[in-house]
Amino acid sequence: MSGELVLCHDCDLPNRLGEVPEGGAARCPRCNGLLYRRVPDSIDRTIAFATGGLLLFVVSNVFPFLSMEMQGNVTETTLATGVQALFRGERPLVAGLVLFTTILAPLLHLTMTLYVLLPLKQGRIAPASRRVFRLLHKIQNWSMMEVFLIGILVSLTKLVEMAAIIPGIALWAFMALIPIVAATTSSLDAHLVWSRIGGRS
Amino acid sequence: MTAGTALAGCHECHLALRLPHLADGGVALCPRCGAPVHRRKVNSIARTWALLIAALVFYVPANLFPVMTVISLGKAQSDTIMSGVIYLLLHGMWPLAIVVFAASVVVPLAKLVALTYLLVSVQIGSRSRPADRTRIYRITEAVGRWSMVDIYVVTILVALVNLGNLATIEAGLGAVFFGAVVVLTMFAAESFDPRLIWDRAELNDV
Ligand SMILES: [Zn+2]
Ligand SMILES: [Zn+2]
Repeated sequence: MSGELVLCHDCDLPNRLGEVPEGGAARCPRCNGLLYRRVPDSIDRTIAFATGGLLLFVVSNVFPFLSMEMQGNVTETTLATGVQALFRGERPLVAGLVLFTTILAPLLHLTMTLYVLLPLKQGRIAPASRRVFRLLHKIQNWSMMEVFLIGILVSLTKLVEMAAIIPGIALWAFMALIPIVAATTSSLDAHLVWSRIGGRS
Repeated sequence: MTAGTALAGCHECHLALRLPHLADGGVALCPRCGAPVHRRKVNSIARTWALLIAALVFYVPANLFPVMTVISLGKAQSDTIMSGVIYLLLHGMWPLAIVVFAASVVVPLAKLVALTYLLVSVQIGSRSRPADRTRIYRITEAVGRWSMVDIYVVTILVALVNLGNLATIEAGLGAVFFGAVVVLTMFAAESFDPRLIWDRAELNDV
């Protein structure tokens, strides 16, 4: 990896990558853009985070997310309830956007990461790895769970005068999932993966 | 200087490669990741303008139409993005009001202004402070997602309140337009090529 020539993503300055210490990062001297971050045991770590994340994802989508008690009636919702309600309320575009950014994008992020990395750990390359890995990069930006969490906070303060709100297991799993997904991203050494799955240059 | 070097960076996997001479209409594919390689994103300026203008147009109805309507005991009350912020303020929840105001009003406006500024600065061939402009671009790219807060608030309220029987909440047209603004500005930021900022700035060194 050392000595490889890379062009800065943001300003096109050619940089020769020197020796980057484990956990260290190389930045562009001209615009301070990130050139490369070296993570120790990147592939193992990323697999661990993504697997844990997938388990939390299942919990946060299957179990009750938020419940509301109003005059003795308890209503339970899951993460997808709002999406369903928006679809029924004839707002399919908004429903689709919420579905994609809070459920589909995180799920795709975790599964695509595992799809590429698990075979790689055994020295094999999964079919269409290059395409999947390119798509993975684009999808990450659309996973917005941490923003959704702020949305929960805002809506609860609006409802708190009307009803008692009971957080469910899924909400706790969802909150744990946010840093796990972030760790899945930051522990992945894309440079290393490309050098393994890429064609000859 | 810039035009002389045929060295190009793959936008997907960051491989540095020499672009081969191509026939008209030909596209070079990155040997490592298979993505099409261009020295600059294709039609970056025109595409970013188109998405930006569309976002600006949608921004108006996004703020005029209600994002949600609460129907309770036969009375309907509609909230726009601004009236939602004012509601939080009136109920003494000013930290939350600040968060929502920043996410729903400041971030989308700042994004529209920042992208316009970047596009104009590139088109007039500005050479000043390229590193600062690159930083503005990175911030613009990173903060856009936070505007989704209001859409999520509507989603959660719709989910919880409609299941109880006291009130009905409907997502309004404002939510549709506002979601469109968020998506369009995210695509606009993605289609802008920050390397354009440096193409002119580099000529200084010659
Ligand atoms: Zn740079
Ligand atoms: Zn490539």
